[in-house]
Amino acid sequence: MATTYQTTPEAAAEEPVNYLNVEHGWKSWLFTTDHKRIAMLYVFSITLMFLIGGSFAMLIRLHLTQPQGLFPPEVYNRLFTMHGVVMVFFFLVPSIPATLGNFLLPMMIGAKDLAFPRVNLLSWYLYIIGAIFAVFVVARGGVDTGWTFYAPYSTTYSNSYVLSAAMGVFVAGFSSILTGLNFIVTVHKMRAPGMSWMRMPLFVWAHYATGLIQILGTPVVAIALVLVGVEKVMHVGIFDPNVGGDPILFQHIFWFYSHPAVYIMILPGMGVISEVIACFARKRPFGYEFIAASSMAIAILSFLVWGHHMFITGQSVYTGIVFSFLSFFVAVPSAVKVFNWTATMYKGSVTFESPMLYAFAFIGLFTIGGLTGLFLSTMATDVALHGTYFVVAHFHFVMVGGMVVAFLAGIHFWWPKMTGRMYSEPWARFAALMIFVGFNLTFLPQFVLGYLGMPRRYAAYPPEFQVLNVLSTAGASVLGFSLLIPIVYLIYAWKYGPKAGNNPWQAKGLEWEIQSPPTTFNFDETPTVTEEAYNYGPLEEKQVA
Amino acid sequence: MPDAIAEAPHPTDEELHVKHHFATADQQMDADTLGMWTFLITEVLFFGGMFAAYAVYREMYPLAFAATSEFMNVKIGAANTAVLICSSLTMAMAVRAAQLSRKKDLIKYLYGTLAFGSTFLIVKAFEYHAKYVEHLIPGPTFHPDNLAPQFQHNAQILFFLYFCMTGMHAVHMIVGVGLLTFLVINSYRNQYNSNYYTPVEMIGLYWHFVDIVWIFLFPLLYLIGHWHW
Repeated sequence: MATTYQTTPEAAAEEPVNYLNVEHGWKSWLFTTDHKRIAMLYVFSITLMFLIGGSFAMLIRLHLTQPQGLFPPEVYNRLFTMHGVVMVFFFLVPSIPATLGNFLLPMMIGAKDLAFPRVNLLSWYLYIIGAIFAVFVVARGGVDTGWTFYAPYSTTYSNSYVLSAAMGVFVAGFSSILTGLNFIVTVHKMRAPGMSWMRMPLFVWAHYATGLIQILGTPVVAIALVLVGVEKVMHVGIFDPNVGGDPILFQHIFWFYSHPAVYIMILPGMGVISEVIACFARKRPFGYEFIAASSMAIAILSFLVWGHHMFITGQSVYTGIVFSFLSFFVAVPSAVKVFNWTATMYKGSVTFESPMLYAFAFIGLFTIGGLTGLFLSTMATDVALHGTYFVVAHFHFVMVGGMVVAFLAGIHFWWPKMTGRMYSEPWARFAALMIFVGFNLTFLPQFVLGYLGMPRRYAAYPPEFQVLNVLSTAGASVLGFSLLIPIVYLIYAWKYGPKAGNNPWQAKGLEWEIQSPPTTFNFDETPTVTEEAYNYGPLEEKQVA
Repeated sequence: MPDAIAEAPHPTDEELHVKHHFATADQQMDADTLGMWTFLITEVLFFGGMFAAYAVYREMYPLAFAATSEFMNVKIGAANTAVLICSSLTMAMAVRAAQLSRKKDLIKYLYGTLAFGSTFLIVKAFEYHAKYVEHLIPGPTFHPDNLAPQFQHNAQILFFLYFCMTGMHAVHMIVGVGLLTFLVINSYRNQYNSNYYTPVEMIGLYWHFVDIVWIFLFPLLYLIGHWHW
């Protein structure tokens, strides 16, 4: 690397050498193989994609303030499609694994880096290439198929930029596969002496389970998109009923990935929540083994439930019954986690720092999101609810109320470790509260709308639904605005915040025993682990800086 | 570990190519091997989507598939299968040569593997061309001669799968040929010996995997029409 500068003596005196100041210049970032720097690259990239996807969400809500809609229906179709594509494939899937997972997983098991640092960098470049495709599609006017690319609409009838969007998702998919592969190998082969499987933090367990889904599911959606692309370009049919093809086969292959993918999007969040609750309740998580095992159970069961997306699309009823049963079954390990988190707080010394506020929000919102999922895995009620806003509300309760909130919990919990600086706690609490209020105002009315029969993906609706829609848009405005607040104070804290020290929360775990921000290789000497994870005692007297 | 290493003095970390974040060469080798196998599992699922589609459509249109399969040239397909099996043999011998630090043998076997792999691809290109001449490319120009009229419709699906599956297999072969070329260049530079032969072994695993995919493709695509109950 050509442009590497020595830090000035004064700067070196006030700031010890760490992964951020060890090298400078853009080349030191774009050619880095340090998992922490790659994690920070991801933090900025996914935040950018989140803002793009979020702008589409705001436009959707703006459109729906009027029963006949503000934009032409074709524009509306493109808005909700691009919102889905950008948010699912370019924010939710990489969100926690690529940022917090990348940053913390090696530290938590006492490793100097992930097993394949260059592959890790490659995954970021693949993500960027995929994102460029997506942004290109946005610039050229978008896609109108819905984020699911259902055939034969995507293959035959749509004249929008399906091919570029599918290409972007295909490439970003390989970025996700490489991240998962790296995590699996790292957990298997790079644990420090004494770090047995049952001493691993639950965050690591969650990421291991996520990695399994990533390597087993993602290639299947990749090939589904290849087949759609070939069919579209060559004007041939494999999903085309004209030559005997079966459009439902596309749905099967697509959901074989995309249902497990929602667990790619939630499992890492559950890992974050397990860490945060243990720290701010000052207790070892109740039933550690069960939480760890439930992550693995979710990873396995998630592959057996995809048919519940197709109860009303021509799948046989008998198949539907099996998928319905299995979908109920997958709720069990998720419920195990919720009960265990709650039991962890029972008789714990609970404090209310901002990461914990997000964890509380997560438990409540995820529980609502999960339980409404059971309505949808019941075949009879699904017939009524599947095509309505009920599904939109359910999905957003899990994905925004679950994953985005967990991402914020994790970012607030580990920001002092990542940057060495502390953010403004009052602002953080205020933002957490506003996000919670805005979120509920946005999506609770949508449950009611769906129950009353308002279809999803329609550009217009009967006038009697307007009040609830305006309420939802008002909530979205609060939510959208409050999500910008953390961006401001976190960046401000990185530059001007007070020094956080190595372990501001007095948390347990190897990542808190090293310097903040960590050095390039995390540990000077490979640590030896001699105690169980989460060996929490009562809070010591806080040192006032 | 081959016996040769026991007689030699302990190699340094540099000779073993141990990267900074690994504690020992064994740990690194274990991680590389697990990583490659994990990647191959991903590849199984990648091809698995197409095999699933094949299974569904063959179940739906068994007679059309059998009739369409007779358009495949079994002799050429069988010859190509033999070529690929030979390439796997030379690849395995290349790995062995690298483990024993036999540079000349390593290069010889790598060239052998390259030759067999390229032969396969060239034959495949001629096969594709023959299909094009016979109007067997699915789409508007699809007009197979001598196919019973009731199968004309669904025959396109088998040919779609044929081109997608063998095409994706060929893409993997082309990547493999590139990787082998990389190995040959590095072998001339004395990169591989009994202390460090991980890339040879890993690319070998990949090469065997691509061969195995073909072992499944050949009977499923070429032979189903030639089996009369």
